[in-house]
Amino acid sequence: MSLSDVLSPFSAWKNLFRDPVSIPDPLNDRPGAPRYRGFHQNDIEKCIGCGTCEAICQNAAIDMVVVAEIATKPGDSGLRPRIDYGRCCWCALCVDVCMTSSLSMSNEYKWVDHDPEVFRFTPGIDLKHWDSTELGYRRPEGHRLTGNERVVMGELAPEARADSFVEIVAGYDLEQAKLEADRCVSCGLCVATCPTHMAVPEYIATIRDGDYEQGVRLLYQTNPFSNVCGRVCTHRCETSCAARHEGDPIAIRWLKRHIIDQVPHDRVKQIAAEGRVNEPSDHRVAIIGAGPAGLTAAFDLAKAGHGVTVFEALPAPGGMMRYGIPEYRLPYDKLDEDVDVIRSMGVEIRCNTRIGEDISIDQLREQHDTVLLAIGLHQGRSTRIPGSEHEDVVSAVELLRRITFGERFDVPKTVAVIGGGNVAMDIARSLARMQRQQHGQVGVTLVALEAEDLMLADREEIDEAREEGVVIIPSRGPRQCLIERDAVTGLETVHCVSVFDEQGRFAPKYDDSDIQVHDAGLVVEAIGQAADHVFLGESLTEALEWERNRIRIDADGHTSESWLWAAGDAVEGPDVITAVAAGHRIAASMMLAFAQKSGRE
Amino acid sequence: MAYQADRSQYPSRRPDGSLDIDLSSGKYLKLWQGPQHPGITGNMSVELTVCGDEVVEGKTHVGYLHRGFEKLMERRTFIQCFPIVCRICVPEPDFNEYCYAAAVEELAGLEVPERADWIRTLILEMGRINSYLMYLGGQAGALGQGVIGQWTTYVRDLMLDRFEELSGARIYHMFIMPGGVRDGLPDGFDQRMEETLREIESTLADVKDVMFNNAVFKKRTVGLGYIDPAIVDQYGVTGPTARAAGVAKDVRRDQPYLVYPQLDFEPVVGQDSDVFTRADVRRRDLLMSVDLIRQILARIPRSGAVMAPLPNVLHWKIPFGETYIRGECSRGEYGYYLVTDGSGYPRRVNVRGPSYTHAMALLERLIVNCNISDVAALMVSLHTYPPEIER
Repeated sequence: MSLSDVLSPFSAWKNLFRDPVSIPDPLNDRPGAPRYRGFHQNDIEKCIGCGTCEAICQNAAIDMVVVAEIATKPGDSGLRPRIDYGRCCWCALCVDVCMTSSLSMSNEYKWVDHDPEVFRFTPGIDLKHWDSTELGYRRPEGHRLTGNERVVMGELAPEARADSFVEIVAGYDLEQAKLEADRCVSCGLCVATCPTHMAVPEYIATIRDGDYEQGVRLLYQTNPFSNVCGRVCTHRCETSCAARHEGDPIAIRWLKRHIIDQVPHDRVKQIAAEGRVNEPSDHRVAIIGAGPAGLTAAFDLAKAGHGVTVFEALPAPGGMMRYGIPEYRLPYDKLDEDVDVIRSMGVEIRCNTRIGEDISIDQLREQHDTVLLAIGLHQGRSTRIPGSEHEDVVSAVELLRRITFGERFDVPKTVAVIGGGNVAMDIARSLARMQRQQHGQVGVTLVALEAEDLMLADREEIDEAREEGVVIIPSRGPRQCLIERDAVTGLETVHCVSVFDEQGRFAPKYDDSDIQVHDAGLVVEAIGQAADHVFLGESLTEALEWERNRIRIDADGHTSESWLWAAGDAVEGPDVITAVAAGHRIAASMMLAFAQKSGRE
Repeated sequence: MAYQADRSQYPSRRPDGSLDIDLSSGKYLKLWQGPQHPGITGNMSVELTVCGDEVVEGKTHVGYLHRGFEKLMERRTFIQCFPIVCRICVPEPDFNEYCYAAAVEELAGLEVPERADWIRTLILEMGRINSYLMYLGGQAGALGQGVIGQWTTYVRDLMLDRFEELSGARIYHMFIMPGGVRDGLPDGFDQRMEETLREIESTLADVKDVMFNNAVFKKRTVGLGYIDPAIVDQYGVTGPTARAAGVAKDVRRDQPYLVYPQLDFEPVVGQDSDVFTRADVRRRDLLMSVDLIRQILARIPRSGAVMAPLPNVLHWKIPFGETYIRGECSRGEYGYYLVTDGSGYPRRVNVRGPSYTHAMALLERLIVNCNISDVAALMVSLHTYPPEIER
């Protein structure tokens, strides 16, 4: 210790003349740093209400609440996050995990109020002065908490698949499926969009857990056609998937297929039979048409103990799933597995039984309590252009049916297909395969009325058809089929300028100066299908209410006749999963009718 | 001169070796220092038995701040634990973030990008500076010298400004995340950091003049709270407290982590092992951190990823495993023991904070035969933060 130790502390006095460094809070206007994690902002238009913010919040500070201004729609739950600043810890995980990057934080950090309730608010709805603030915490670029890119599905290469009807899609292996299932954020937007409301997040979770039997159990709760839908579903669920906003949606369809592929068929049958009612009821149901709608209703009704007989005109059950969808998309043995499970519920399927020929509709009505019409759309529509009455101008559904029958008919070296939907792609690709088998080369030209980006077919169908050698020409309207010496030689088309008029009605406009001729020994029309209602008979046709050539049904699928229900493509369309949903609805409606009837007696 | 603990006179011992303190004799008095007391470090208290103004026995009492973090984490997913670990130590939260993140990364097999390691090192050194600045204010304040606290609070606030622009928050930064760090350095950060470091250096020069070259401070602290180097290992003493006793322990050098092997530094060591030496070791360690930050900013990669690709954190499962991650925080060795069981939640998290050993065992030993008025200074010199005792 020295003298300097006594004097040195006095050097503190020099600070007497310094300005204070403190800030007079809260009267200062010091802004938060540009990255400051302050009060929340939410871009209400971008937000889809997926609730991942709510799921990740470890303080339970976020509740998804109904907001009057927002309507629920596919891909948007209509809910918006409400934040409780009594719980929030400002960690910004909600911002990091936000699937649409709609949630962010402003650099505002002062908010004084005497009412504690106001600190629970819905950003973007309860407007605040910081809503438009540019600064504040945003999710940094590339900072992503919800996993990987979509796992690419293995497919046969174009050269390997172009001449065979072997299934193209390989299916995920265990590791791939786990990786893909890992991407799901379990928001459930898909459940709302799926016509039959499959428990998508739950069954995807069973893949992550490796509990495939539970997965099958969940699938069968809502859909007895998982083999089919796992391959050819139109997967509208994927269009509302939250992951779509960060890249590709979850491959929900492929994951469904993966689950059902992992469990042996016999075990699937056991699982599907769980909860089956074993005492038979005295109710008898007749179902006309063994397609997805009819068989789903049959499955539900038989499982509940009712006697079900399905009448099918064609030689095998499945309807359009068998006779419309080519084998390279849906192998028949996989369809057979789904049908087998339904049969094992006690459903009797009588094939080669055409109503009106083998048995009349009146007989059905007499022998059964209720009847379901699920006849599908098996008649092709014609363009009715000159030359279309020729025998080598055929409808796509008829040709697809013949291919399924196994007919080895000769395909000419050149074929023209009219139509831009998935049926057109199916027949074009099937004929291309047969041409390659018969002639070693492909000569299929597909003309569609719509422009390339408006074509109704799935994008991958169009791309894969091109890979297989099909020439696709969009924006062409058919003018006439050229016939020389009683043989079809080609198809003449004109340029289509627009398909719809200003009111959105179908009214194609053509540029007559732009004419093309496509060589074709066979012209296939794939412009839509119709139902064949002839078997109903005059009196029933008269009695039923109709709506634009379709039988009018109510929300339960009930027609105006108390004993008759109708479902499937013939009354609503447009795909397998909608038909499955209708099947469930009708089974429930019929069972309610049975219960009411029993109650009265 | 070392102040020797002496139990030869009083209180006397019973035949079984326990202390014979008869409160009814009127010779002893029970005195509670804390939990509401200016001379206590945070929310804890010391139960003193005094004889005159001399402490004959001291017992540490904790539990005033127990929030059950370790248990809370067992009910939170791995990503949800990330925002709560920082709360285990308020003045230097980043160490919790780092240890937790590193433990998760090791068990989940994540490869952290190099740039993230540099930024992590930078953040840890910034946090160390903050912690030391708070300590210096507390050490001087425990002896009634309030002005040091005012000065260090000022420069600490400047460092908090740097934290704010880097991480988006001043106290709980939540920036070191399992997988890396949230973002890179903002534009112009280096320059503002350099200004802050200069301000810290100039303030520390003042602190040296007013606090260390101060006859009163020396009179009060030299020789107080002597820790025998022989008991350093026995009592689990680490960090500056051990280094002030001449034991050159520093995890940064002994078991290097992050980018410390690439930095040039030597552990700061003292000799006398008293309160004064401990304060001085920390002051010099603080200046070393300033130097380390300069080294880091000179060499930090300016581009590249800062996060390893994470799986979907909403259902992130980590396989069976256990690990212990340690690092050198401002108070000593900080460690996280993490056990995972293949589920989406930690099976067990154990936080090893240096304050536990320092405040619970060491303090009770040092406090005997010390003057009541020195208790506060002695406690602060061990640099304990109760939240990490009661995690």
